[in-house]
Amino acid sequence: MNAPAARVIDPAAAADGAETRRQLGICNICNYCNGLCAVFSAAERRHRLTPGDLDHLANLCHHCRSCLYDCQYAPPHAFAVNLPRALARQRWHSYARYAWPRALAGSFAGHGRRAGLLAVAVVLAFTLAVVLTVPAPTLFAAHAGPGAFYAVVPLSVMTAGAVLSLGFALFAIAVGVRRFWRTTAPAPRIAGPGRGAGGGALARAALDLLTLKHQSGGGPGCADLDHRPSRRRRRFHHALFYGFLLCLGATTVAALRHHMLGQPAPYPLLSAPVLLGTAGGIGMVVGCIGLLWLRRREDPAPTHPPSRGADVALTWLLLAVAATGLALLALRGTSAMGLLLAVHLGTVLALFVLLPYTKMVHGAYRAAALLRDAVERAGR
Amino acid sequence: MLVIGGGAAALAAALEAAAAGARVRLLDAAPPPLLGGNTRHSRNFRYAHDAPNRYTPDAYPAAQFRADLLRASGGGADPRLLDTLVAQSRELPDWLLAQGVALQRPAQGPLPYSRRTAFFLGGGMAAVRALADRALALGVALMPGCRADALVRSGGCATAAQTAAGAMGAGAFVLACGGAHADPIRLARHWGQAAAGFINRGTPHVRGELLDWLLAAGAVAAGDRAGLYLVAVDARSPAADGGIVTRIRGMPLGIVVDCAGRRRHDEGADTASTRYARWGQRLAAYPAQTGWLVLDAAGLRAAPAALYPPIQAPSIAALAAATGVDAPGLAATVAAYNASIQPPADPLATADWCTVGLVPPKSAHARPIAEPPFAAYPMRPGVTFAHHGVAVDTRTRVAWADGGSVHNVFAAGMIMAANLIPQGYLSGLAVSISLVFGRIAGREAARAAGRAGGGAR
Ligand SMILES: Cc1cc2nc3c(=O)[nH]c(=O)nc-3n(C[C@H](O)[C@H](O)[C@H](O)COP(=O)(O)OP(=O)(O)OC[C@H]3O[C@@H](n4cnc5c(N)ncnc54)[C@H](O)[C@@H]3O)c2cc1C
Repeated sequence: MNAPAARVIDPAAAADGAETRRQLGICNICNYCNGLCAVFSAAERRHRLTPGDLDHLANLCHHCRSCLYDCQYAPPHAFAVNLPRALARQRWHSYARYAWPRALAGSFAGHGRRAGLLAVAVVLAFTLAVVLTVPAPTLFAAHAGPGAFYAVVPLSVMTAGAVLSLGFALFAIAVGVRRFWRTTAPAPRIAGPGRGAGGGALARAALDLLTLKHQSGGGPGCADLDHRPSRRRRRFHHALFYGFLLCLGATTVAALRHHMLGQPAPYPLLSAPVLLGTAGGIGMVVGCIGLLWLRRREDPAPTHPPSRGADVALTWLLLAVAATGLALLALRGTSAMGLLLAVHLGTVLALFVLLPYTKMVHGAYRAAALLRDAVERAGR
Repeated sequence: MLVIGGGAAALAAALEAAAAGARVRLLDAAPPPLLGGNTRHSRNFRYAHDAPNRYTPDAYPAAQFRADLLRASGGGADPRLLDTLVAQSRELPDWLLAQGVALQRPAQGPLPYSRRTAFFLGGGMAAVRALADRALALGVALMPGCRADALVRSGGCATAAQTAAGAMGAGAFVLACGGAHADPIRLARHWGQAAAGFINRGTPHVRGELLDWLLAAGAVAAGDRAGLYLVAVDARSPAADGGIVTRIRGMPLGIVVDCAGRRRHDEGADTASTRYARWGQRLAAYPAQTGWLVLDAAGLRAAPAALYPPIQAPSIAALAAATGVDAPGLAATVAAYNASIQPPADPLATADWCTVGLVPPKSAHARPIAEPPFAAYPMRPGVTFAHHGVAVDTRTRVAWADGGSVHNVFAAGMIMAANLIPQGYLSGLAVSISLVFGRIAGREAARAAGRAGGGAR
């Protein structure tokens, strides 16, 4: 007599979102968690829980996990509600669903091992190419002065590599987000009168994104390691995210100085690119190590093992980018510079190439979901 | 000292006793994941306040709280306990925040307007976890999965609690182990066979072992032995711990019939949240304690979401077949109902539709049951708590028939709530009673344990 709404987890049905829908159906009646984050009110607005609704809600979720520990229906209860895990799985599958080109969606399979191996392959290939093409005396010499880096990897190669890989990645992400945006459009009734994204909604979404507002368990903090509220994950994520932005800033300033002022890298220690890059690199290293530490110690119950593995792989890649960047800075006057530069550029290339095919895309979909949420709320 | 129970009352008692310097052990019959009793299922609590604050809008003056509770309890609330409850309820938000419990700000989420209650952020589970963390931090020994079956008594003093793990001695005892409504045998004593048709909405672990012990030892009973707070729930709900989501709420949008297909009550008379309990009581008198809410497609669209999908059928006859309701009876009821409907002057004022000449009438929302497919929700009474317990004074000392025979036993929470609600209920009241009297019991027991020596640090 028991109906779908109260069935115990069925792995086969999980893939198509039936399990996510079952759980959110219970949440929509209970609603005790609606102060924790935006997901619960959004789920109530989108009570039909279409596949698009589920993908929207999954990407609106910041995986703060509080709702598992606050749930009267969490396992061992027969209703077996574990929403953080269900949404993590839904989210992970959504990355593959919206990936472009579709043929590459397979990189999301296999617990992140595939993307991890690909990253290692790119780094090795790039380093090998440098080692094979640059004569040993040049590669292992201690270069100094303007243009030292370009003696090892020519500027044209660096620029072309960056522009092509990043350009392609951003294009692929844009196609994915466009698909996501269309598929997750709310039923017309929910969209509100304004329909479009007004300035207010845009500002609100940006603020929610940049402050990780919904990674706070509604105020007290998230369930980072166990049920106790904590702000660690949010802080480490901030360190990583803003560190990453500083590094991008450093690269941009360097490019401007090179092309506009005719001052090629490397730059002195007290120059804007080096200071920005150093601060950013340290932020990234702290953030990555912190997040990896949390991953090791956390309660696995609310996590989804495949996306967890992929998350760890990506964090290692980001750590490699930051650590090799800092090492390059520290040792740029020595004979290790050439090889370090090759490895560092290899990691950056791997990161860029894999942007659309790893968890890195989460930022784009989350931004879209937050914008949509802000629009829907403004329409109320 | 020993606290028996694991819900709001027990945790509040343990925290206050530990803060007063007592060495505290807390036994809860439920296994660790189910620590928290019925407080796990709760959402808000009622408290008096004179001005709006971050957690509650407007004001709820003490006099109003008092008057509301007197009215709800049919005048049966013990006036001195009522004064204590209302006065000390004021402190609850600040006390809870100080223990690390987070409260939800109305600005934060889409809370229903309520000037009488404050809401736990994340619900009662979050509150239980925070209180338990605080208790651990204060050195309270939490022993989940450990049931006390009786106390051991020596003269005018309880000396130990009997558990499966042996006797546990203490200088004072707080009994915060809830009522006795999860025990089907006890329910059958007062309700006969009907008890088998009840569904327990809350924890299966409140079975009244210690309430029995108290009453057998000469404690004075409070409330009504047969009194249960019943709510209409889906008949397909789990036997226990279904919690808040199993309620059926759409009665005003359809008709409610018994297994013979007969209507018994006016479905339109009560559209406020009080209807859940009214229908719970009514269903207890239905054959097999089962009623069916019958809706047509329009009614189903307007009805609030429910946990289980309704039983649906293309015709009333097919619906009768699918539910087991008597087919001629149901057909006759629906026909008579539809024929007696009188649309109001403004047909869009859906609440104003009513029946004329029908017995019992449907006095509001009487829209025809006409649009297929038709739907039915099977319903049964869901037990929430019992209106029966032990009499206490304002210091939570148990009242004894012979005047004070066991002096170091205190009772708090639903085990003594019947002093305040021998009948009726107000939303958010149970948790307030549990917290206010749990805190008092903790302080009193700590003092008593101190006097007994050995219990205090
Ligand atoms: C679905 C539902 C929703 C509710 N919502 C609200 C609400 O929103 N607001 C509100 O105010 N009230 C609500 N209530 C009622 C309220 O939650 C409880 O009545 C209140 O929390 C009771 O607190 P308590 O500490 O007295 O008892 P309980 O929370 O019931 O705890 C009793 C504890 O004693 C333990 N115990 C019992 N016997 C023994 C024994 N022999 N040995 C050891 N341990 C034992 C049990 O395991 C349990 O932990 C709700 C109840 C239900 C069922």
